[in-house]
Parts: sequence; C-alpha cells; structure tokens
Amino acid sequence: MSAKQNILGKLRNSLTGTTPIVDNFDEALVTEPYTYSPEQRIPQLRKQMEAVHTEIHQTTGQDWPALLARLLGERQLPSLLVAPTTPHGQRVSQYWAEHPGLPTLKAYDRPVEQWKAELFNDTPASLTTTLGAIAATGSLILWPTREEPRLMSLVPPVHFALLKASEIRDNFYQVQQEYAWAQGMPTNALLVSGPSKTADIEQVLAYGAHGPKDLVVLILEDQ
Amino acid sequence: MSAPELIPTLTVSDDFRTRAHQALGDQQLRNNFRSAMDSLMAKRAATFSDAHEREHLRALGNAIKARALSKLPDLLEQLEQNLTRNGVTVHWAETVDEANGIVLSIIRAHEARQVIKGKSMVSEEMEMNHVLAEQGIECLESDMGEFIVQLDHEKPSHIIMPAIHKNAGQVASLFHDKLGVEYTKDVDHLIQIGRRVLRQKFFEADIGVSGVNFAVAETGTLLLVENEGNGRMSTTVPPVHIAVTGIEKVVENLRDVVPLLSLLTRSALGQPITTYVNMISGPRKEHELDGPQQVHLVLLDNGRSQAFADSELRQTLNCIRCGACMNHCPVYTRIGGHAYGEVYPGPIGKIITPHMVGLAKVPDHPSASSLCGACGEVCPVKIPIPSLLRRLREENVKAPDSPHQVMRGQGSKYSRKERFIWNAWARLNSSPTLYRLFSLAATRLRALTPSNVGPWTQNHSAPKPAARSLHDLAREHLAKQGERR
Repeated sequence: MSAKQNILGKLRNSLTGTTPIVDNFDEALVTEPYTYSPEQRIPQLRKQMEAVHTEIHQTTGQDWPALLARLLGERQLPSLLVAPTTPHGQRVSQYWAEHPGLPTLKAYDRPVEQWKAELFNDTPASLTTTLGAIAATGSLILWPTREEPRLMSLVPPVHFALLKASEIRDNFYQVQQEYAWAQGMPTNALLVSGPSKTADIEQVLAYGAHGPKDLVVLILEDQ
Repeated sequence: MSAPELIPTLTVSDDFRTRAHQALGDQQLRNNFRSAMDSLMAKRAATFSDAHEREHLRALGNAIKARALSKLPDLLEQLEQNLTRNGVTVHWAETVDEANGIVLSIIRAHEARQVIKGKSMVSEEMEMNHVLAEQGIECLESDMGEFIVQLDHEKPSHIIMPAIHKNAGQVASLFHDKLGVEYTKDVDHLIQIGRRVLRQKFFEADIGVSGVNFAVAETGTLLLVENEGNGRMSTTVPPVHIAVTGIEKVVENLRDVVPLLSLLTRSALGQPITTYVNMISGPRKEHELDGPQQVHLVLLDNGRSQAFADSELRQTLNCIRCGACMNHCPVYTRIGGHAYGEVYPGPIGKIITPHMVGLAKVPDHPSASSLCGACGEVCPVKIPIPSLLRRLREENVKAPDSPHQVMRGQGSKYSRKERFIWNAWARLNSSPTLYRLFSLAATRLRALTPSNVGPWTQNHSAPKPAARSLHDLAREHLAKQGERR
C-alpha cells in the first residue's frame, strides 16, 4: 500500500457514516464592510498602502512618463528595468527618446539564467503594470507574464507600479468573482501591499527585508 | 561567597517542568516575551475593532474548515488532480522520515548542494535542516527570524515570530560573533545585514523550500503569505521549488481563502493583509522567463489522521497557524516557546503535538494550562482548545487496558493510586452516610492535618478543616430558630 492509499484509507474510514457539511458561505461578510463609492476607492487604497510606507502619486495617462523620469532622477537611479514590448513600455521608450540623458532602460527579455547576476547586482529599479488593486486592504494585483516576469517586481530594490484608477476594486472577493479566477489561475498571481518588511527583531518594523525597499505606485486617474 | 548560579537561556533539560522552571527564572526571557505578547495582543485587538464582524468572521472561518475536513479525502484527491494538471508533482508521506526521503530524492536527482528555505513549520516537524546537513547539504533559513534562530543553533520559540525570545542586543552580538560584522543594535542595520547575506544565498541556491498556508483544491493553487519577500524569493529564484505541508491545509474553493486570509493576518499580526500573498499554480511555462522549472508538493500526515479519527479531536486540524493562542496564553507568555521542547509551543502545541509524537512523550502538555479560556476565545477558526485540553487530560489517565484506543501514548499518566483516591472521593461525596462520617472525622481530628501539603503550601497556608462542619452549624441554626417560634 502506498502512503497515499494509507492516508486516504484512514481518512475515509474515519468519515464512515458521515455526510459532508453543506456550503453556507456568506459572501456579505467579506464584501459588505468592504464596499466603497468610486470617490472613496483611491483615498481608501492610499490610506492602507501609505500606512505601510508605499509612496503613491496620482497622475494621468499623459503625464506619468515625465513623473517617472523625475522620480528616477530624484532617487539618482542609474537604470530602469522595463518591458519594452508592452504599451506602457513603449510609452517609456518614446518619452526617453525625446528626452536624452535619462537613466538607462533595460529589458527583461531573456530567461533569468542568462542574466541572473546582473538582475541581482546591477538592476536598481523596475517598472511593471498591475492588473488592478484592492481598496479594502491596499493591495496591488500582479499576474506576472512573459513580458513582466515574476522576479521583475521582486529583485530590484525599487519597484514602480502603474495602476489605472478604473481597475481599483473594492475587495478580494469581488476581484475573484469579476475576473473569474476560480476558472483559471496563472502560474503565479500576487497581491502586493507595500514594500518588503519585517518585525522579526524585537517587533521593530524594518523595511526592505528581502524584496523591494521602496514601492512607488503611479495611479492614472483618467484611465 | 560563591557566585550565584547562572540560569542558562538554552534549554538543557529534557523535562518540561524543569525547563519551565528555568524559563521562569530568566528575567530577560520573560521581559522579551511579555513585551512582544502585549504588543501582538494590542495589534490584534485594534484590527478587529468591530466585534460583530469579528465573531461572524470567526464563525465563517470555522465553517469553512469544518466543511473542508468533512470531505478531506476527496479534496486531497481533487487538489492532487488539479496540481498535476498544472504541472506540479504531488507526493504523499505518512511520516516525517518518508517526507525527508522524498525531499532528499528530489535534491539528489538535481545534484543539489544548497537549499534555501522560506518559513515552514512542517519542515520543522521534519527537522529538515538537520537531516539535510547530515547528508552534506546546506539548508539555510531565509525568514529573518528563522535565520537568526538557525545562526544560534536554536529552534523557533514562536510559530510566527521565531526569534521573539531575543532582543536587538542579543541579535547584535550574534551577528557580530557569527557573521563578523560590526556590533550594532540598530534594527534597520541588522535587517540590512541579513538581507545582504541572504540575497547571495537566494542567488546561489539550487532548491527552494517553502510551506503552504492554504492549498486550494478547486484550482490547484498553493497560497503563501509573508511580509519579507523571502517566500517569493525561495519559490521563484531556484530552479526547483519543494512545498511541504500538512494534509489539513487544503480548502475547497478559492473564495474560501478570502475570509481565512483576513482571519490569519489579522489574528497573527494585526495586519489587514500581509505584504505578499503569493498564489502558485504551477512551474514556469515554456514561454515564461523565470520561476522554477519544477514544483513539488509533499503532503504530510505525521499524526494528523489520528486526530482526524475522533470527531472532537478533529477540530485540532482547523488550525491555520496564526499563533494568536500563544500570544494570549498566560503560560506561554511566562515560559516562552522553548520550554515546551517541541515544534509547536503554546496552546495549539499542547493539542497537536500529542498526535505527532504520542502523548507519552509530552505527558505534561495538556495539564500545562490554567484553562483560563483565552486561547479558545481568540482562535480565528474557533478550535475549542480548553475542551480539547480537558479531553487530552482524560485520555492521559485512561487505564492501560482501556478498550478504547484514541491516541498513541494514551494513559501515560495513569496511576492506580490516583485512580483509587478519586474513586474513593466519588464514593464519599455520593453516599450520605460516608459523607457524614468523613466530616465528623475531619472536624474532630483537625489538629492532625498536615501543615505541609506539597506544592500548595509553597504559596498558600495549609488547608485546615473548621471545628464544625457547615451541615452541623446549619442544623444548630435551624434548631434555634425552632425554639424562638
């Protein structure tokens, strides 16, 4: 008998004569207290994310590349990892072409094995888009893709994230339902609710544990 | 005059009572725990400010876990099917030895030398670090707290805050001694040292190991929560990811994790959510540029099916490992996590450990409780911990020849003498004649009662029967009233 058969056999034996408990999931409990009007969503998201040291800027679909360039300059970041083939990546490339002297743009365009050392040691910042956000908990939703792989939002010490205001949802339950997550999940889906942090020493909060030390969110209010 | 005897911080005794006594005498340890537990309790209370929401959410959490357990074997099979479809290899292990064997065989197949581990209590059950080290394989903890504890050759003292028994000064000395860095008590600086050391290890590691917070049967998804990013690093950077988890971690639907996640992070840390919620549904796809090439899941029993067999004890498996019960436990706060001598300390440890190692190995665990009820009151999935402790106390004094075998090592505290005394006490209190004789003897012979009655008289005056019993006084009182009329 295999371990699997033994375990399942024991469990089934213990359930002999019982019936499964019916599903009485009360969705109101996880939605009603966490429902917001359109005007409340951005302030609610900001409140939650800023409480854990996320830097948030409200900008527009027109102005964000200039804002990004300014923020990179203020931080004196020498380069930025972008996905040049995506629409927002093209916007960055276009703006950069028009404004010489901005930080070098780098692309995550090959398997990590081919440039792991550079990613770890010489990639100070990245820009990714988001699938949306959750106002209740102040969480960005990331579904890494070929263009914006998993490590793009994790290894660089500064992570810039683009968020369209229209894609801010109220709560996690609503997100799962609207996007029909149960019908298909990507290999990796993430909720990111701030820069990396720890309180493992004496309960003292410290930022920049293993992931990004800075999370900068650019909210595109007109999109 | 000789120097006062130093009380070691590290546990040196294999006896729970001795360790508890040592911990109680360690003022530094007690200060560290007291302040940490006060802070964790305050944070939890603040995040659950609406009692109405909290209680309904707890009821829902309990219902979701109860539903999952009521169809556990089916859900495990569904989980395996969906994970397999997603490209994840699922392994089953009845014992920790089997689980270690599976992990070792994966490591050997990849000729791996370096393993980096995110936080996993199941890997602690397996003593994975130790087992791999014996085979010449480095297994390094990457959670900051676990890293500190491993560096000092200790075990975690709390399931969420592994190094909570140490203060910044102790960590500073440890880093200075073991890592050769400058002594600093600045926490930000200490964390940056850890970040630097571990980044290199994430970069080099051949295998990443993690635990699982919830395994979703419906979608074949492994959900991990964390604040540091070490979990994402461990599960994304190395070419192979091995997740290890207990068979009770499976939930039926993806939506079930919504309330459970909220209950978990709020109960554990007072946070509305953790920094990262990582949902893994498979290895790197052909067109993707990163992520592990292989993902393995090891499902471990290790005594869980024993708890499952009894409908009352089955509730132990509701646990989502938030640690709130230990944060609120007056015993845990005073003796710390190491005194328990096992992987899971505090109230949850007292009810789950006996299934893992046998009641005979931890005979004092069920009785190391004042039954104040705090653990049951705060449990996010409403495990009736105090009732389960009483149940385990009963199992622990069952006669060895009892036909009803509930758990390994039951009856380890059975004593014929004690059983005789309790039976006599029951007779005494249920027979009026015997009771009258007893109270007559107790009052008349009160001068003979001992002045030293063991531990009781360490802190209390010895009990002495009154000169006359209440029955006696009441009879006299009623007789006098009769005269007056």
